[in-house]
Amino acid sequence: MTTAEPVLLDVRNISRTFGAVTVLDSCCLQIAAGEIHALLGANGAGKSTLVSIIAGLIPPTVGEMTLSGQLYAPRDKQAAEHLGVQIVQQELNLIPTLTVAENLQLNRLPHRWGIVNRRELHERARAALNRFHLHDIPTDLPLGQLGIGHRQLIEIAAALDRQCRLLILDEPTAALTAGESETLFAHLKHLKTEGVGIIYISHRLDEVAAISDRVSILRDGRVVNSGPANELNAEEMVLRMSDVRQSSSKSDGAKSSVTDRAAMTVAHLSCGPVRDVSFTVYQGERLGIAGLVGSGRTELLRAIFGADTMEAGEVILPERPARRYQHPSDAASDGIAMLTEDRKANGLLLPSAIRSNISLSSISRQFSRFGLIRQQQEDDAAETIVHQLDIRCTGIQQPAEQLSGGNQQKVVMGRWLVRDADVFLLDEPTRGIDVAARRQIHLLLQSLAQTGKALVIVSSDTSELLEICDRILVMSGGQLTDEIRRPESRGTGLPPDRASDWTEDRINRAAFQRPQRQTLVPTGKASS
Amino acid sequence: MKRSLVQYTGLMGVLLLLIIIFSLRSENFLRIATLITIANQIPDLTLVAVGMTLVLIVGGIDLAVGSVLALSSAVMGVLMVKTGWSVWPAGMAAILTGLTCGLCSGFVSVGFRIPSFIVTLGMLEIARGITKLVTNSQTQYIGSAVEFIGEPLPVILLSPAFLVAAAAVVAGQFLLSRTVFGRYCVAIGTNSEAVRMAGIRTAPPAIAVFAVSGFLCGLAGIAQTARLSSADPNAAVGLELSAIAACVIGGTSLNGGRGSVISSFLGVLIISVLQTGLAQLGVSDANKQITTGAVIIVAVMLDAIRTRRVHRK
Repeated sequence: MTTAEPVLLDVRNISRTFGAVTVLDSCCLQIAAGEIHALLGANGAGKSTLVSIIAGLIPPTVGEMTLSGQLYAPRDKQAAEHLGVQIVQQELNLIPTLTVAENLQLNRLPHRWGIVNRRELHERARAALNRFHLHDIPTDLPLGQLGIGHRQLIEIAAALDRQCRLLILDEPTAALTAGESETLFAHLKHLKTEGVGIIYISHRLDEVAAISDRVSILRDGRVVNSGPANELNAEEMVLRMSDVRQSSSKSDGAKSSVTDRAAMTVAHLSCGPVRDVSFTVYQGERLGIAGLVGSGRTELLRAIFGADTMEAGEVILPERPARRYQHPSDAASDGIAMLTEDRKANGLLLPSAIRSNISLSSISRQFSRFGLIRQQQEDDAAETIVHQLDIRCTGIQQPAEQLSGGNQQKVVMGRWLVRDADVFLLDEPTRGIDVAARRQIHLLLQSLAQTGKALVIVSSDTSELLEICDRILVMSGGQLTDEIRRPESRGTGLPPDRASDWTEDRINRAAFQRPQRQTLVPTGKASS
Repeated sequence: MKRSLVQYTGLMGVLLLLIIIFSLRSENFLRIATLITIANQIPDLTLVAVGMTLVLIVGGIDLAVGSVLALSSAVMGVLMVKTGWSVWPAGMAAILTGLTCGLCSGFVSVGFRIPSFIVTLGMLEIARGITKLVTNSQTQYIGSAVEFIGEPLPVILLSPAFLVAAAAVVAGQFLLSRTVFGRYCVAIGTNSEAVRMAGIRTAPPAIAVFAVSGFLCGLAGIAQTARLSSADPNAAVGLELSAIAACVIGGTSLNGGRGSVISSFLGVLIISVLQTGLAQLGVSDANKQITTGAVIIVAVMLDAIRTRRVHRK
């Protein structure tokens, strides 16, 4: 742990809980002045929470930090910046309607008596951009007219422009081209020689190996490894991010009911970040889709369902012509259901009664005649679902917003059970749900599969997928990079993989894999 | 059913309170004549408020109602005065005029995803302009051919216009609470993206509410023409604000997803009782406006407090 450089930041036994969930568990981290320290971990390992605490965005539940030997407990982001701690987050904190120059110096605009000194503003901005070789970006351009990569660079330039001792970069290269990344690395190396400590979060292991001095690996909210970067190769990094206890043994809750009848085939689908994805899901199958956040999993499901318009590719259902759905209602009439990732934002009608939430998708075809609601039928169906899914509520009239997360999710599930679909697209079906409700959802998925439904399950929780799925596809950079089968699964006509491959380790390796560049060109375009 | 009655008690209470205050202050207030005056004044505002309620519930707003009413009235007046049409076909033409305007607003706003505030603001100007064109900016005096619509019928002492408005209130409430269309309207106003992701097309109902609003503006145009015995090109200026006020007093949310046609009707009654009562007391126009404004704000304040309390539970 000791390095020649003095310790700049010392994080001692930091823990953070959100409600009953522990996100960070006694984390220790030491950052030396003048080092680039990479922070690695799978989805939900706690990386973003840890750096948010360091940057003063949220306070720790327990634990303390010192900065250059002084006790460091920033009240907010401003306090942290004042002490020289800067963070560049994944989501951009820039204002698209303001100019580049204004964004660069938003909280320290040069002014006299409240009137902005335009010339100084632009001169300073020019200097900050030039330092980054961004000579071609005009300082008076509204930021919204720049691409996402340039915006990211400007956000970084804005952080670098301020005096800082510790710089935190949360996935800075996700939106950058290779050339832009190189410029950034050159700059980071320069900052290093000035004694600035840098915390660098990235999913690109090759980058980490190339530029970082030390690496700390987080797993389930704990720092499991901290040491010089050259002691670990990419393989070992992935292994340490993966929970070795989660292996093929966990298969009891999942009796396979896979058949060899295809339920839905997706062919050469491209949409947004998703590039040329093809797969088939079979009746009775629970097909998992693993991958890092941002790998295109949600976009894939949305494109299949017609929520976003596909650029290329098609969805083929048995005995139906190939389709490219333009609207979710088309997909729903063809027997496809989708559970959205964020049930509060686009799943539930929060202030509405459980009853109307459950009947929403089916009221016009099942619970009405000539446009009039058949109240008794609707009530009966809602009561049945509440009973069947064990939704804890005061009655079917209770507003959905008063329910717990698990019960809310059951309400949305219930909506599609009433409507009845053949293919269920489930985006993070157990996110933010307590253990008991999660178990119930898993059992529900199992019983759906047993009745011959095909389920496509996206989850950031790899161990969950290993537990409940029959087969797992791994996405990275918008493409499928791996496919693994549960060892005992039969019937799909393909030989099962070796038992040892049904592991988190193999999934993580594929998830961190850089997709091949040439396939970034949508291949389906020609056929459409 | 009991629960839905409870939600009206607050508004009924306010209405009763106003009636009691005015009865105590003015001995002329609590008379059949006053009630008839009020009943015959409100059909146009009531009809417009029913449509406005539906539009507000899907999360839109219809600022063009006053102008569309005036245009419908003008079409009716011109057809009867200049072309010699009889009252029924001219009335049909008025209704069609309103419906067309509403459909246009709905199509443009929903189809091109332009906020309905802006589209109907444009429609407000356009409809008023066309009104002035077709009438040559002159009031079209029709006379007794239409007056019967606004005059009290024997025995029941209510005018046909009032009966139509009352029927619209009942029909509107039925549409909202008992039909799939009404359910979709509330759902779209609550969270239109969630409705889309539930596999439902949101555009048809979202356009239809504007058509309904336009249709009711056409009816209101007939009612107003009957009351004034003529078509006035400058009629119903600012009516949209009274209609919105009535809806808001009735607890309809300007953010969509919440509202009731009956509550809006109670809002109309509160506004007109207030205005008739204040007029009888001889309150000046200036003070009448101040009082009406204050009542609107207080009503919404009370509603906001009530909603917050429900949310906390």
